[in-house]
Amino acid sequence: MTCHHVIDFLAAYLAHELPPEEQAEFSRHIEACPPCVHYLRTYEATILLERGVLRPPEHEAPPLPPELLAAVLAARRKSGR
Amino acid sequence: MDPAPPATPSGEPASTTVASALPPGPDEAALIAGLRAGDEAAFEQLVRLHGGRMLAVARRMLRGEADAQDAVQDALLSASRAIGDFHGGSRLSTWLHRIVVNASLMKLRTRRRHDEVLIDDLLPRFKADGHALEPAAPWRDSAEALLSVRETGEIVRASIDKLPETYRVVLMLRDIEELDTDETAALLGVTPNAVKIRLHRARQALRTLLDPHLRESRP
Repeated sequence: MTCHHVIDFLAAYLAHELPPEEQAEFSRHIEACPPCVHYLRTYEATILLERGVLRPPEHEAPPLPPELLAAVLAARRKSGR
Repeated sequence: MDPAPPATPSGEPASTTVASALPPGPDEAALIAGLRAGDEAAFEQLVRLHGGRMLAVARRMLRGEADAQDAVQDALLSASRAIGDFHGGSRLSTWLHRIVVNASLMKLRTRRRHDEVLIDDLLPRFKADGHALEPAAPWRDSAEALLSVRETGEIVRASIDKLPETYRVVLMLRDIEELDTDETAALLGVTPNAVKIRLHRARQALRTLLDPHLRESRP
């Protein structure tokens, strides 16, 4: 197993979608390969960062601009439904 | 570009989404009954209750405020017309979330970008023996610590914005809007396997873009 193979199938490995033997082989490679460990950790950090920055806190409700409310109500009246 | 999905969802999403975590609105059944009866006050209540959250979704998906507001308007009018198809199998907020995601995708298809980098330029490269051409190095801090710094938000947003659109959309639908693989595939008109491949490449490309900003500084 090479670093190329590990990194190409990293998402499947992290989602435990690989056959058990392959999953174990991935784990053995990663434990012995510092660049793959760094790649895996920074790949996981990437997901945490995009979610942390873009995913809204639960129950957050940004205000609706008054002009959008007026436009939507007018468009519905115009469309008849 | 992927084929266009239907203007309104034909069914109710089964997946857990950002919207499904929201608390129930006041008397949702009465609101739905009012909408089905074509009641204008009920529609206004729907807009006031859900419009802000729908706008937040459209703003994440689209780049301009005008496009985001257009998508929300399209979505709310679609919802008004299609309320007869809503059978309560999911929360109203979940159904509306899917509709505004769909409306945003439709809007994106009319806004082609011409300054995209190629995804291949953002993916790791390897030597013939399978080792990375540029071995990965640690980042200077944990994701949690990095998130506490204001600059990180700007870097992450700017980097996501640089992703090729095909990949950015999958990243947004799967990682941010929390649609599942099958639902994303249906919306985009591609196979579930294509969604998985695009998601992995999108994350890899984003990692590449973040890497120079977040690497440990060398002594």
